[in-house]
Amino acid sequence: MSAGLAPEGGEPEFLRAFDIQAGDFAGAGNVSIAVKNLLKELGFAPEVLRRAAIAAFEAEMNVVMYGGGGHMEVFIAPRAVRLVISDHGPGIPDLDLAMQEGWSTATPEMREMGFGAGMGLPNIKRNSDQLRITTAPGQGTRLQVDIFPR
Amino acid sequence: MPASLAQVAQWLRADVLCCAHVLDRSITMCHGSDLMSDVLAFSHPNTLLLTGLTNPQVVRTAEVAGIYGVVFVRGKRPREVMVALAEEYGLPLMVSPYAMFDACGLLFSQGLRGWSLCGPGQRP
Repeated sequence: MSAGLAPEGGEPEFLRAFDIQAGDFAGAGNVSIAVKNLLKELGFAPEVLRRAAIAAFEAEMNVVMYGGGGHMEVFIAPRAVRLVISDHGPGIPDLDLAMQEGWSTATPEMREMGFGAGMGLPNIKRNSDQLRITTAPGQGTRLQVDIFPR
Repeated sequence: MPASLAQVAQWLRADVLCCAHVLDRSITMCHGSDLMSDVLAFSHPNTLLLTGLTNPQVVRTAEVAGIYGVVFVRGKRPREVMVALAEEYGLPLMVSPYAMFDACGLLFSQGLRGWSLCGPGQRP
């Protein structure tokens, strides 16, 4: 595990991994809700739960919509949560552009579901205390989301 | 001004589709949107969501964002599978005959506000 969590968060340990299916619009969100319930059972504060669930949900939707499937790994420390979301998609050619609110490559199907408004990555960043994105054309995308109690 | 979901149902002449046993929940703000990403970005806990979308992502978004109840406007009814999902999450769903603008206006006239007027540190 790479360094990155604040000292009070402690070193995170792997807890569980979930598969995310490409194009599964009907089931999209189930993984994030399972992650939220898992963290709730472990006693994390409601504010941490909410931010983790929102970041997880946006990331899961991205994997379903663009990422060609992938998985979400959950790591926990006593007071911190790390989510690592990896996909098999085309990668993000211009990350600075993708981080801008409103920038989107969504299809009409995605927009009909209420997504694809260009809020995904900015919203993940807003709910994270640390966000690391690794991506390159043809090599997929990996997000590491760290959340500490505020 | 907070209000109970039961009061909201009365003001909006709404049918309650599930979780009628938690209509005493008190909501502190409202969010009217068909953009689920906006709901995720700007909603606060204890929020009532008004929407014209009736796909399952609405229920999942509400669960993730900690939404307290959902009103479908303009008489739109979600499918049974969606109601069952909301029941599982303990999320009250209602259907109002009013269109979005009118439903929001009715709630505003009763003293309820959205995140841009009463969210912490959010006033424009």
